[in-house]
Amino acid sequence: MSSKPKVAFFDFACCEGCQLQVANLEEEILVLAQMVDVVEFREVMTGAAPAYDIAFIEGSITRRADENRLKDIRNRSKLLVAYGQCAVSGGINKLKNRRPGMDEVKKEVYGDSAGMPHLDTYPTKAIDEIVAVDFYIPGCPVNREEFLWVVKELLLGKTPRLPNYPVCVNCKLQENACLFDFSIICLGPLARAGCGAVCPANGVACCACRGTVDNPNKNAMHEILLKYNYTVEEIKKKFDIFAVDPEVQSGKK
Amino acid sequence: MAKNNIHIEVNHVTRVEGHGNIVVDAKDGQIEKVQWQVPEAPRFFEAMVVGRDYSELAVITSRICGICSIGHTLASLKATEAALGIGISETTRSLRELLLHGETLQSHILHIGYLVVPDLLRVNSVFSLAETHKDLLLAVTKVHRLANELCDIIGGRTTHPIRARVGRFSKLPEKKELEELKSRLKDILPDLQKIAETIKALADNFPAFERETEYLSLTQAGEYAFYGGDCITNDIAETIPVNRYREIVNEYVVPQSTAKFGKFNRDSFMVGALARYNNNFRQLTSLSTQAAEMLGLKGISYNPFMNNIAQVVECVFAVEKSMEHIDRLLDMELALEADKIEVKAGSGVGAVEVPRGILFHEYEYDDRGVCIKANCVIPTNLNHNNIQLDFEKMAPEFMELGPDELRFYLEMLVRAYDPCISCSTH
Ligand code: SF4
Ligand code: SF4
Ligand code: SF4
Repeated sequence: MSSKPKVAFFDFACCEGCQLQVANLEEEILVLAQMVDVVEFREVMTGAAPAYDIAFIEGSITRRADENRLKDIRNRSKLLVAYGQCAVSGGINKLKNRRPGMDEVKKEVYGDSAGMPHLDTYPTKAIDEIVAVDFYIPGCPVNREEFLWVVKELLLGKTPRLPNYPVCVNCKLQENACLFDFSIICLGPLARAGCGAVCPANGVACCACRGTVDNPNKNAMHEILLKYNYTVEEIKKKFDIFAVDPEVQSGKK
Repeated sequence: MAKNNIHIEVNHVTRVEGHGNIVVDAKDGQIEKVQWQVPEAPRFFEAMVVGRDYSELAVITSRICGICSIGHTLASLKATEAALGIGISETTRSLRELLLHGETLQSHILHIGYLVVPDLLRVNSVFSLAETHKDLLLAVTKVHRLANELCDIIGGRTTHPIRARVGRFSKLPEKKELEELKSRLKDILPDLQKIAETIKALADNFPAFERETEYLSLTQAGEYAFYGGDCITNDIAETIPVNRYREIVNEYVVPQSTAKFGKFNRDSFMVGALARYNNNFRQLTSLSTQAAEMLGLKGISYNPFMNNIAQVVECVFAVEKSMEHIDRLLDMELALEADKIEVKAGSGVGAVEVPRGILFHEYEYDDRGVCIKANCVIPTNLNHNNIQLDFEKMAPEFMELGPDELRFYLEMLVRAYDPCISCSTH
């Protein structure tokens, strides 16, 4: 038996786009596979193990039955990593929580059958609303290079530190035209960098899929809001897409 | 235990996207219960998008599925454009088709190489192929990587494309990038050939199981349909426009699944590569036709396992078509189009063929361009019923092989459909 760290991948409610980023590492994943023992990864292999050194969790929790599965995984894992925004904040899945109530939500999708017991659902929760999380890899999807780097750091016993400066910094270095000048709301001033400012670089607003920096500069955001005449509500609605709470405190039209 | 009593319970089939279970019960040689169950947790996308701006719809619904995020993005954009009365340029259309072929290639090759080949070799995962079938694995990763890079270059990101927007692309590729992409696409044709030959050598391991069903796909004059066209099945004489899709899909809820089931003229229908192939194979390109013949797919097939083979054929098609679109784009003046959209109230339907079959999005907007109603019909939903009916025919036929083999073949059947379960329970 190998003494390599036992690693497992699990998914809950999500699009599985983050595990696809792992698969997209192509040859590098084979390198990774030499450093660790992938003992469970239902999408790509048949097999199971009793305990894990690192469990990677993707997706959010949307019903009670899944809470137990998650707790069980936690109990059998030394380190638990939430990867992808669905796992980190609830991500896109929390848009559901913005609707009036779960009954309406179920009716919207299943119509007259909404009452059937197997369709039960509750407001979406992030992984750390159920169990303790040791490390987070944000993004929708995760940046695969960052994923690989985090895994290597964890294997070395280090605590990886995510970039703690806003997407704007990265964006301005690339000399992209600022989208605010084209009347487009961009969350770059508060959003956590690490993605290469990929959205504004492609002409599209950042919607903070990686959450905000640790201490977002609310004053800067406030000034931008005043300068371009946006309300806090408009900004908050954008942050809702990936379930990020920016705590922008003031600003008005 | 008597040999004629069987109890199979596969709790979460492995090597498929999402969560699905298989249950079989037999007593005294009689199948009492055989069921394909879908317990995946629904996410309620149709409710999530209500209240959101038209410009965010594709961003949100793209997250229905990581593997076919491009298909969802395009179906979403088409639905929004139909609702708001927006047309697109030749350039945008060609870029979208190119992007869609990139996704088809990416998804099919991942399915065949990483998920199906292990079945054919009776191993548990692709990891063990690193030693036994290194060449094959290298060819698969090479094709997969290039398909991803195509999506990156055209869409701005491999998964959840950034540049494909309502009415336009927010950034265009450089001609240099396109030229390089084309030469690399040409370069992988021999790799695809190698993969096809390996599959051919193993194809006898696909069971000779047949069940004729209704095959549903898009179809259009002049080209094997992916991006455009109307709906067709082998049971109707005339095509049905996509905006009448509800007449075809007839979705309903069953206790064994959180994903909806559907049916049209028969008790079930099949969508995906084999359905497209069965309906449109005469329109394949020359190389893809050759690939089909080489792999023993000659005209209509009623064997669901041939879906894997049809996927290989479509990989070749996707590469050929991608090169064609690149040529077309290279001949065009590529200029960024302005984002000038006038919102109005309306509703619209968009459909595309994604790797797993026909996909529909339908939205209704108010006069501010805010979504008030949405409906998404996912190809895997449309296949669930067909999987169930295949199970019902297969279980008695394969029972004498014993419970382990029966279980193996039922799982293999599920994988042949390449189901995207979390997507179907969106
Ligand atoms: S974070 Fe985004 S890409 Fe990752 S699983 Fe969730 S929706 Fe998919
Ligand atoms: S486009 Fe967005 S990220 Fe870039 S500088 Fe402007 S606000 Fe910042
Ligand atoms: S630019 Fe913003 S939305 Fe885009 S990937 Fe980066 S953090 Fe996410």
